[in-house]
Amino acid sequence: MKNGMFTIFRKELARFFGDKRTALGTILLPGVLIFAVYTFMGSALSSQFSVDEDFVPVVQAVALPDSLSTLAGQAGLEIQSAADVDQAKTLIADQELDLLAVFPSDFDAQVSAYDVSSGAPAPAVELYYNSASVDSSAAYEMMYTLLDSYESSLSNKFDVNPGSQVYDLATDADTAGTFLSSMMPMLLMLFLFSGCMATAPESIAGEKERGTIATLLITPLKRSDLALGKIFALSIIALLSGLSSTIGTLLSMPALMQLEGNVGAAYTPVHYLALCLIILSTVLFLVACISLISAFAKTIKEAQTYVTPLMILAMVVGVTAMFGGGASANLWAYFIPFYNSVQAMVGIFALELNWTFLLVAVVSNLVYTAIGVWGLTRMFGSEKIMFQR
Amino acid sequence: MSDLILDVQGLRKTFRLSSKQQKIEKTKQKVKVAVDSLSFTARRGEIFGLLGPNGAGKTTALRLLATLIKPDAGDALVDGASIVSQPEQVRSRIGFLTSELKLEDFFTPNYLYDFFSDLHQVPDEVRNSRKQALFSRFGIDQFAEVKVADLSTGMKQKVSLVISIVHDPDIIIFDEPTNGLDVITAKVVTDFLQELRQLGKTVVVSTHIFSLVEKLCDRVGIIIDGSMALCGALDEVCQGKSLEDRFFELYVERMGSEA
Repeated sequence: MKNGMFTIFRKELARFFGDKRTALGTILLPGVLIFAVYTFMGSALSSQFSVDEDFVPVVQAVALPDSLSTLAGQAGLEIQSAADVDQAKTLIADQELDLLAVFPSDFDAQVSAYDVSSGAPAPAVELYYNSASVDSSAAYEMMYTLLDSYESSLSNKFDVNPGSQVYDLATDADTAGTFLSSMMPMLLMLFLFSGCMATAPESIAGEKERGTIATLLITPLKRSDLALGKIFALSIIALLSGLSSTIGTLLSMPALMQLEGNVGAAYTPVHYLALCLIILSTVLFLVACISLISAFAKTIKEAQTYVTPLMILAMVVGVTAMFGGGASANLWAYFIPFYNSVQAMVGIFALELNWTFLLVAVVSNLVYTAIGVWGLTRMFGSEKIMFQR
Repeated sequence: MSDLILDVQGLRKTFRLSSKQQKIEKTKQKVKVAVDSLSFTARRGEIFGLLGPNGAGKTTALRLLATLIKPDAGDALVDGASIVSQPEQVRSRIGFLTSELKLEDFFTPNYLYDFFSDLHQVPDEVRNSRKQALFSRFGIDQFAEVKVADLSTGMKQKVSLVISIVHDPDIIIFDEPTNGLDVITAKVVTDFLQELRQLGKTVVVSTHIFSLVEKLCDRVGIIIDGSMALCGALDEVCQGKSLEDRFFELYVERMGSEA
């Protein structure tokens, strides 16, 4: 006896992998593109908001007190005496000068004479800069910090975190976990959805559109075998596509977020097993959803139009991972389609894996998939849906 | 075993018309009766022709027999299996060919033959010998590894024909088997239908071509406006006249003088 489901499964895979362009475009390309784009974004972002290492800001100063000129030199600022204040301002506006510092003429005397409790206005220093220029902003920051620490040193009563020891007690794993649990669920939903989108409408609505499904329907093939064979094959393709995108993202993570070392190091094989389970059940559910919509649509284009709102819904639910501080602790949350997958993923990435919640999410996804397969089987048997014009 | 292999009993099929279709058909009725109380029988080893003008309901009748659509009323027994209650058994007993059934462009005739053989649960050895015979009979071995997309209309039709009979069915139902084919390919097809009859198969064809019926069919049913106007052996139906003359007599009887 030959198994109809397996025959359909093999045909779907032969169709997909036999077409090198589709296969590469769906599986390899997303991962490579995501890696390239994210890596580029990461390095572009970091270079845009930092200055060269040997950068020496040029500062013009009016009435710079002696007490500060030595400090400024030590801090790496090149101080010039300002000849004309207005001209200096114009130079800053044109981004040809980094900073103009205007001190009161007898700054040191005024400062030492000033009594904080008097309520009178304190002596003021004016710093002119150009926030549109990275160099000018950096010069402003340096001068501001310099003046601030000078002010503190004049009346030092106490210090906060003065030493060089580590005060932030978060481990690398915590940092990576918090970051990944807010980002990865949404990205995974997006990647898995895109993988399903690339194949299910083509395989089901496409067969309707081209009239090839009728040729299958006049064979003794069971409608349920047709539905199952298609869903399993499409799930494998979507998984491969999602896997490629995920690997691309994880590899580009260090460059994108300037995270140190291996971001996945904190996770144990148990976490990976849990992640595989939830991803597998999510893909089956997504493929079942998109297949139902595709079976209803008359053309591939129509199917894609109908699926788009579902994709937006999945994305919005994915974004919820970024808020709410960790995975939901309510059991009912793990029954809700889409939301259960996202929350279970948050739990895994945040290193707060709860097997009860995870299994509830996986089993509900499988139940929804089974309902989808039943629906798809009914639709394959319906002449109205299969042969509508 | 009875001589009767196909027994069609009072088939009725209606379609719902959209308001747009109502305008095209110039009718206020929401439901169109495509086939009404259609009955006929076919015996082993004969070619039965369904003759009728476009839109008479021939294709609908054949799609009902092939279980692509379900009847509103009536039933048909295909080698003992009911199209209403045993559609899967019916599908494994018939070969159905119509221009509506397309083959996936991406695959080769060789792959598709194997694929459909698997769907029909044909054992591998049987499949291979049958494939060899059919492919050489129709010259498909010349282009067995060419993707369907790159084949001509005639080649595609030959591949469709071969694929519709991978399971060596006893009943073969062909809808307009020679439509759109050049004279040479059409002759290959009609010759093959006669061959099938010699092998004891039952062939049901639908057509609007009188000469095809006269040349091929043992018995004929004339469908006009969804119901059977006349059914019987070719010479009984013709009553000494040509089939064409007889058809128009019936047509005027049924439809009034508007023809």
